[in-house]
Amino acid sequence: MRKIRLIIGREIKSKLTNKTFIIMTILAPLLITGFLAFMIKMTQSEKTEQNVLVIDDSKLFGDKLVGNDYISLSFSNDNLEKAVSEFSGKGFSCVLWISPTIIEGGAGATKLFYKKSPGFAFQTYIKDQMERIVYENKLKANNIDPTIISNSKQSIKIILEKVNDKGNTEEQASFGLFGFLTGALMFMFILMYGMMVFRSVMEEKTNRIVEVIVSSVKPFELMLGKIIGVAILGIIQFIIMGIITFALTTVLSTIFLKDVSSQLKIFESQQELVKKGGTNVNFSQLEKFDDKLEVFDLLKKIQKINFMEVFICFVLYFIGGYLFYSSIMAAIGSAVDSEADSQQFITPVMIPLMVGYFIATKTIMDPDSSTVFWGSIIPFTSPIVMMSRITNGVPLWELVLSLSILFVSFVFTTWLAGKIYRTGILMYGKKTSWREIGKWLFYK
Amino acid sequence: MADILQIKNVSKKYSNHVALNDISINVAEKSIFGLLGPNGAGKTSLIRIINQITGPDKGEILFKGEKLNPKHVERIGYLPEERGLYKKMSVGDQVLYLAQLKGLSKTDAKKRLSFWFEKFEMQSWWKKKIEELSKGMQQKVQFIVTVIHEPELLILDEPFSGFDPINAQLIKNEILELRKNGATVIFSTHNMGSVEELCDNICLINKAEKILDGSVKDIRKTFRTNTYKISFKGNLLGFTNALWTAGEIVEKHTEDEIHTVTLKLANTITGSQFLQAVLPTIEIHSFNELIPSMNDIFIMKVNQGNEVVGTKSNYTE
Repeated sequence: MRKIRLIIGREIKSKLTNKTFIIMTILAPLLITGFLAFMIKMTQSEKTEQNVLVIDDSKLFGDKLVGNDYISLSFSNDNLEKAVSEFSGKGFSCVLWISPTIIEGGAGATKLFYKKSPGFAFQTYIKDQMERIVYENKLKANNIDPTIISNSKQSIKIILEKVNDKGNTEEQASFGLFGFLTGALMFMFILMYGMMVFRSVMEEKTNRIVEVIVSSVKPFELMLGKIIGVAILGIIQFIIMGIITFALTTVLSTIFLKDVSSQLKIFESQQELVKKGGTNVNFSQLEKFDDKLEVFDLLKKIQKINFMEVFICFVLYFIGGYLFYSSIMAAIGSAVDSEADSQQFITPVMIPLMVGYFIATKTIMDPDSSTVFWGSIIPFTSPIVMMSRITNGVPLWELVLSLSILFVSFVFTTWLAGKIYRTGILMYGKKTSWREIGKWLFYK
Repeated sequence: MADILQIKNVSKKYSNHVALNDISINVAEKSIFGLLGPNGAGKTSLIRIINQITGPDKGEILFKGEKLNPKHVERIGYLPEERGLYKKMSVGDQVLYLAQLKGLSKTDAKKRLSFWFEKFEMQSWWKKKIEELSKGMQQKVQFIVTVIHEPELLILDEPFSGFDPINAQLIKNEILELRKNGATVIFSTHNMGSVEELCDNICLINKAEKILDGSVKDIRKTFRTNTYKISFKGNLLGFTNALWTAGEIVEKHTEDEIHTVTLKLANTITGSQFLQAVLPTIEIHSFNELIPSMNDIFIMKVNQGNEVVGTKSNYTE
């Protein structure tokens, strides 16, 4: 035991003092949250001040086309050419010209003259308004009241209620995407730390230090020490990354989502009110959140996730899946002489992992299919697939079955890997094949 | 003297070739033992079994009378033929780690390490990474790793391969000193010069079989062929006549009226009898017995073995 501890200690120390490792640990969460923040930022419209001179030759939009906080509109009857030549001098950022024949449609019915591009969001804002105005105009021309049309529109949301074995129903979060993300994270972690074990084993073999070490400790102890060392390292890295990510996302969400979460509270209290009061509630007094419904939905789903359950399962499946794959990786690392030879052995190990990943993508669309079920039971794919299912509510017996199979399997692969490892680390200069590795299993 | 190691009828087979076939060797305590044999003879297989890296298929090994077991690992020092170190780890950390794996406590390991570092004048290397050291320097570190836990039995696989002459001499001196301090040394080598210089006993292995063992002195004695080299001034014809039936001339050449003759005497005649016979006719400059070197014996025995195996296989085909 003392020797295994020494090996674990060295494994951790050698990586913790490795610059690439430290940089990766800090940089990865920065990159991920930075990327997320960037994506959110990109979807939010850019709010640059626009002072628009509108020349409306159709005379349809005069009182209907309006600006907002950052877009101000001034109507003018000026000649277009004169306006275009003078607008920037008069403090306008662009000129919007509307053709007298806009109602008939056709290309070139509306033009925007600018010096600095006003951006896509601005164009969409103007375009949507104009389309609505023209639409209402056309309806009126046919003697149809636009309010009838808009009142006839009704959006439908399906609320999923899963009936469990006891006959109780519960509203499902059915947040497939989150499940998929945890599955993908599992895939990444198993692969990353599996490769770390692989490299560490191969390094000792190619350094030729391994023979000195196995004259002091049993090869199996060395392999086990390595695997456990990398696992502890992984957990340390996981915790550091987790803390950094958590801190960053908290900061970012207070910046980006502050309004939304307070709005959600108002929205929910209003819904309560409607439930109690029925139609007696004065709707005009309620705030409208039509454009926020999707964000609310997302937030509610996130709030519904049982993070404790997800975390515990993640740790258990990581331990099982990591040990399962890293022992195979250790065996392969012992069998090859150089990184160049390793590809033919790593690929067959990658394939079941990839399969697991693809089944995880299927879980989003079809969480209760039999492929997904078996994928979450068979140990080659279960860590990834089960994580992708977890937010959909998995019966306890399935979890117990899948975890038991996984843990029995890793004991078996570790035992098998130990046999290969023992012989492999001392084999030099021989081109290894699967057949050769098969023979090693039977050496005494 | 008691035997530190008794190897009894050890056999080892890999899927389709026999590495060791029924090998029995005894190694006396406080001796230097040479394990000889051509490449692929099975030396490294045997050494790995002694180090408990692999196990024998048949037979057993006794260490000081006890059946070899994992506890003995800490009393054995091993320098493998394929030796290396962690490139990115510092010299000090590395030796401390390996010494602790051999069962030393950290404080003991540190104490002994500073002793060796002083001895080899390498105190300034402590914080250096292995990749910053020259090959010769790395070899010194490897040697320290092998002996730092003061093993009773030291096993060196091809210790002189890859060492420069200065380091090789250093290692030779250390081997002799370790023996003086009570350690037993087993080493495998191709360097027959070092065998004659260092070894008390040897064992020659070829094609998984032991073909020769014993003390270096005895072996060389048994391989004596009663061959002498004589240089003299005088009449060569008279010399040949005087020799008569006592033996035959293997080789002769003449330079500046000095004849040098290699001759093989008949088994019944000793060197001094021969000298008495020829002394009246010639003026002797030198007279030496030609004892076969370990190198000659090695080549002869290995070739013999190959011939035997060769004819055997001819038969079977």
